Amino acid sequence: MSISIEGITKHFGSFQALKDVSLDIPDGQLVGLLGPSGSGKTTLLRIIAGLETADGGRILFHGEDVTGLHVRERKVGFVFQHYALFRHMTVAQNVAFGLEVMPAKERPPAAEIRKRVDMLLEMVQLGQLADRFPAQLSGGQKQRIALARALSMKPQILLLDEPFGALDAKVRKDLRRWLRALHSEFHFTSVFVTHDQEEALELSDQVAVMSAGRIEQVDRPQQLYAEPSSQFVFDFLGHVNVFAGQQNGTLLNQDDAWVRLPVGAAERVGQTAQLYMRPHELTLQSAPAAHAHLPLCIESISLVGAEVRLELSARGWATAEHWEVGITHTQFNSWQPARGDHCFAVPRVAHVFQAEGQAPETIRWQSGELDDPAAMI
Amino acid sequence: MHERKAMRAGDQPWVKWSLIALAFAVTMLMLVIPLVIIFKQAFAAGGANYWANLTDTYTMHAIGLTLLVAALTVPINLVFGVMLAWLVTRFDFPGRKVLITLIDIPFAVSPVVAGLLYLLLYGSNGWLGSWLMDQDVQLMFSWPGIVMVTVFVTCPFVARELIPLMQQQGREEEEAGVVLGATGWQLFRRITLPNIQWALLYGVVLTNARAVGEFGAVSVVSGNIRGETNTLSLHVELLYQDYNVVGAFASASLLAGIALITIVVKSFVEWRQARQRAPLDDQSDNR
Repeated sequence: MSISIEGITKHFGSFQALKDVSLDIPDGQLVGLLGPSGSGKTTLLRIIAGLETADGGRILFHGEDVTGLHVRERKVGFVFQHYALFRHMTVAQNVAFGLEVMPAKERPPAAEIRKRVDMLLEMVQLGQLADRFPAQLSGGQKQRIALARALSMKPQILLLDEPFGALDAKVRKDLRRWLRALHSEFHFTSVFVTHDQEEALELSDQVAVMSAGRIEQVDRPQQLYAEPSSQFVFDFLGHVNVFAGQQNGTLLNQDDAWVRLPVGAAERVGQTAQLYMRPHELTLQSAPAAHAHLPLCIESISLVGAEVRLELSARGWATAEHWEVGITHTQFNSWQPARGDHCFAVPRVAHVFQAEGQAPETIRWQSGELDDPAAMI
Repeated sequence: MHERKAMRAGDQPWVKWSLIALAFAVTMLMLVIPLVIIFKQAFAAGGANYWANLTDTYTMHAIGLTLLVAALTVPINLVFGVMLAWLVTRFDFPGRKVLITLIDIPFAVSPVVAGLLYLLLYGSNGWLGSWLMDQDVQLMFSWPGIVMVTVFVTCPFVARELIPLMQQQGREEEEAGVVLGATGWQLFRRITLPNIQWALLYGVVLTNARAVGEFGAVSVVSGNIRGETNTLSLHVELLYQDYNVVGAFASASLLAGIALITIVVKSFVEWRQARQRAPLDDQSDNR
């Protein structure tokens, strides 16, 4: 069942939580709402469910306007961040609740309910816990029961509010994989809220990045990471190294540092521009390259992980945040850098922001423009 | 950590034991001995006499009136308290905080003052009372007035017990219920009520104890008409003023008995509440 969100606005007192938000979610997709706290993502989810009423705008399920429909009638599955299991009921009673409160005419017979509950508990692999109370379960088990309960009414839409937020890293990973599998098996349309970029990118077919009550960008995860449309999305998804300077023709310059933009890049005179570069779009050298002079000083070295992460501070120019560059362990072993050592960054790809709120221009330096291999580390 | 012996002044054995002895002595002198004396006095003239005193027409009437007052007050405040607690913990509206503060007025006001206020308002010379007199409705110096002031004095007990608990439990379970299709009544019956049942019972026990034992407010509005508007507490005082000490203590022993039952029920409810909360405290949320 597809979901259409049309021009939703919401105020809490004088605070505007959502500003004219529109989003189309095709049938069967798993969509992540990603954003920092206070960006309005949970409010949007609760409005889709009907737990909150919007001040303006419409919600459509499968093309049908459900804006005025009560939560009870919307028949969505909802998974709460803190599970919200009924504490005085056993696991089986929790899962059966939705079926038991159905009007007598529609309610399946008791034996049927028991069978459905058993099946749902088997599905979440917790059949042996049917008679336990929620307080006797671990966080991961609770969330699986919450999922089984949400699916008990066979909803065509499943909404999840930071479903794995309160769990530790390993359980989170398991549950994520498992949700993905459930999703492809049952083919419902899901929307989940998260502030964890890794989770959003790994789990979703599409990610909507939200900031201050607006949707900044909706895209597939690869696109979102490779081609962010705004500075906010850039900053929010992964680390980014920023070089801000005055543009003069093809030269971008700040104090001791400068970068020469490749042929074909938009030329401007006397304007500020910002260069955004992902850690993997940079290499480090012991000497400056022909097209870039970005002197850096090594601040810290982190050896844990697939690559060695270096944190670098600007030397003779200024950045708001330290730069981060990853090098392979092989490179690290042959170079043997230490804290306080000097080096130069060489960009291969960069994204130029000319003005606030504008889409970036992605620029690439041809391999011919890259520097002599002698200086490579 | 277990090996370390904290050396504070209070840890010396003689301090500890003298404090314990003092606490026991004070409790005996001020609480237990008076209670024992009530029963001793009540039975001073023998069991038959005790029984005769209790089955006296006026005493029987006082017992009946007291039970009537409790039987009306408890349900009224039960419904009122649950509604109020639900309202202030489940909805946001202007004046919510003020309302929570207003609930405490009966705790802050002396019951005698409360009685006088009702007398001023509903008495034959009062604002509402004079109009009611014209309609031939008499509230003061009859049982409806007694019920009214008792409701006033006991109205915070249930709400005060429920509000903190319902605030702590939050709205999420009810939201989960409504998403699953439960109606308002089903939510209350199957989710809210089971979650608050022990706190509710606790509030009811306290309300009942106070409704039965209330003296100050009742004595102002009742007029102490023997056989008509005399509750058990008022009856004890009347008997005592009549120099019927044994009779006074026989009636008092009934009140004391109710108090003892209240304490037992209260302890049981507290024990159940602690047991209900215990597994929640040592649950690990992050495994």
